[in-house]
Amino acid sequence: MEQTKHVEHDHYDPEASKIGMWLFIFTELLLFGGLFIIYSVYRYLNPDAFHLAAEELDTFIGAVNTVILLVSSMTIAMSTTAIQKQNYRLTQWLLAITVILAFVFLVNKYFEWGAKFSHGIYPGSEHMLEAFSQGEILFFGLYFVMTGLHALHIVIGMVFIIWVMFYIKKRKVHHNRFALLENSGLYWHLVDAIWIFLFPLFYLIS
Amino acid sequence: MQTTNANEEVNYLEYKGKYSGIWGWIFSTDHKRIGLLYLYSIAIMFVVGAFLGLAMKLELIAPGKTIMNAATYNATFTVHGVIMIFMIVIPGLPAVFGNFLMPIMIGAKDVAFPKLNLLSWWLYVAGVLLILTALLFGPGVPDTGWTFYAPYSFKTGTNLLPAIFGAFVLGFSSILTGLNFLVTIHRLRAPGMKWLKLPLFVWTLYGTAWIQLLATPVVGITLVLVSLERVFGIGVFDPVLGGDPVLYQHLFWIYSHPAVYIMILPAMGAISEIIPTFAQKGIFGYKALIISTMAIAFVGYLVWGHHMYTAGMSGTAQYYFSLLTFFVAIPSAIKVFNWISTMYKGSIKLDTPFYWAASFIFVFMIGGLTGLVLGALATNIYVHDTAFVVAHFHFIVFGGVGFSFFGAIHYWYPKIFGKMYDKYWANVGWIVFFIGFMTLYTPMFYLGMQGMPRRYYDYLEEFHGGNILSTFGSWIMITGLVIIITNLIRSARKGEKAGINPWGGKTLEWRVPSPPPLENWDEIPVIGEEESKYF
Repeated sequence: MEQTKHVEHDHYDPEASKIGMWLFIFTELLLFGGLFIIYSVYRYLNPDAFHLAAEELDTFIGAVNTVILLVSSMTIAMSTTAIQKQNYRLTQWLLAITVILAFVFLVNKYFEWGAKFSHGIYPGSEHMLEAFSQGEILFFGLYFVMTGLHALHIVIGMVFIIWVMFYIKKRKVHHNRFALLENSGLYWHLVDAIWIFLFPLFYLIS
Repeated sequence: MQTTNANEEVNYLEYKGKYSGIWGWIFSTDHKRIGLLYLYSIAIMFVVGAFLGLAMKLELIAPGKTIMNAATYNATFTVHGVIMIFMIVIPGLPAVFGNFLMPIMIGAKDVAFPKLNLLSWWLYVAGVLLILTALLFGPGVPDTGWTFYAPYSFKTGTNLLPAIFGAFVLGFSSILTGLNFLVTIHRLRAPGMKWLKLPLFVWTLYGTAWIQLLATPVVGITLVLVSLERVFGIGVFDPVLGGDPVLYQHLFWIYSHPAVYIMILPAMGAISEIIPTFAQKGIFGYKALIISTMAIAFVGYLVWGHHMYTAGMSGTAQYYFSLLTFFVAIPSAIKVFNWISTMYKGSIKLDTPFYWAASFIFVFMIGGLTGLVLGALATNIYVHDTAFVVAHFHFIVFGGVGFSFFGAIHYWYPKIFGKMYDKYWANVGWIVFFIGFMTLYTPMFYLGMQGMPRRYYDYLEEFHGGNILSTFGSWIMITGLVIIITNLIRSARKGEKAGINPWGGKTLEWRVPSPPPLENWDEIPVIGEEESKYF
């Protein structure tokens, strides 16, 4: 019997990719949603302790990081326009800036966490058990989990964007086929949007 | 292989691609091969899980220690639960029959993201291997129960971390399958396949996919938190550090109750395909079945608290959860009435899949009605954490999903393998299994009402009679299972060739050869207006 030739499924459906990405974003929102529920419950139960603990956080670094992420969201959005105008050089530059900004965000986060650690503030530390109330311990537990999970998403986003840059270089992503770039942008906006909620919840409400 | 036309295409089982042998399967992005990969992996795990269940029943044949001590019994029911829930009934019908049939049923050549589909199966295998690691290595087999309740889940000295991580990975696999199905159903329906022409099995997969997508991440993050609690002591569920273990239960059940509907909805969908085919009549109340599917999917989100009536909850919350639990019973009952009405004045062909479907309705009704006993506040307090709960749960999850799964495999077997199984032995297997099932679980309702607690390896002398009967039932059931599986495996090689449409089914999968060719369709079918009635 003659084997029929296997036809690769190379149908390109940008609409399907975008729906897929949006559905994935719903999943991510619910992942963080669980944490936001926990945060609300414990904030409601320990209003004073959460107030006190929030004052330990450095609002300035938080604000700088917020600006960094907002700008990076802008640059990745611009790259989607640039690729449609077939300006590949500019596209790559804008994506590179996005990745660099993401890296700067992580560096800031590193120093922020490092400062906390040096003050003996980390999960399971003796200092916290002695000097902190239960509400404050919960606040910092959630702070490390939520910003840590967010930082993990930043790293995943960076890898995703670098991967897209590689695809653009090989012209697998081009001005007629840029759903992957758009999806990386959507994902990056999600990472940004989550930070927009984390920043006031941990740094500003105090 | 069925010869239908001159320019015969090679079928998906015989197709040789870039890789040969087993690699041609585990690197295949063909939805049909992935469906079978799931079938085989689930079947293997099912045999393991069933063996553990059998061992538990054997332990309970007499009071006191029979074959295992208390700690081993705790580990056994934990592993039995984890395997059966996370590896079998949650992926079960969607991953096997959804993958295999849904693209064909909607007239597509594959799912929207074939590579992602393969990744889902790989993740499934990775999750299974992680959990097996927890069993074979490390300080001890997890003994928390499949629910991983805090605070014991971060206090126990057993090897829980890989098990939790494995469950997380399995959840991720489930999310990706759901995502894939949603996009496929939205984007790849054949021309003329409008929403209200979709087969009911596809509709239930659609509802299921939404639950997979929106509920699974909640348990995902909860399991991550338990792991972090275990490793770092972050405090969110640890009362010593100010956390609340009851909050863990809430978050766990926010997923795990909807997960029951992830299990049962596709099971109902398969029954909705089988019954009209064998009643030789259109399904009764097509739209009502769709609405009830979506209603179950939606209301199912809001009833998780009925697992926690005794865990410490305000009276108002208890009333609310109890009321909503009763609401879920309505769409489920609508489905039962519609199936019965489909049979009414139909010309019923008695064949193996129909036997399974009919017995599904029987056990599902017993499971559903005893569910109301548990959903009602007063009676729940009385039978909470007794054998009654175990019996109810197994009637719904094993009776519901298991019977539907066996019905589905006997219904679609000729399509999947192109062979017909031995019907005589299939029927014998069914009746033995059914009798065994009833003998195994019915006494547990009685034992529960008498007050026998669940999850104990020992019991008082007064519960002895019921337990002997129950253990005896487990032997009958396992005999039935052996007959069924042997018959199916044997027939895959020795069975008679099956035609395109051995049952007279009306949905699209009965229009492609058995087994289907690699890309399902030479030409994407076009669904005409006049075909609107049949689905």
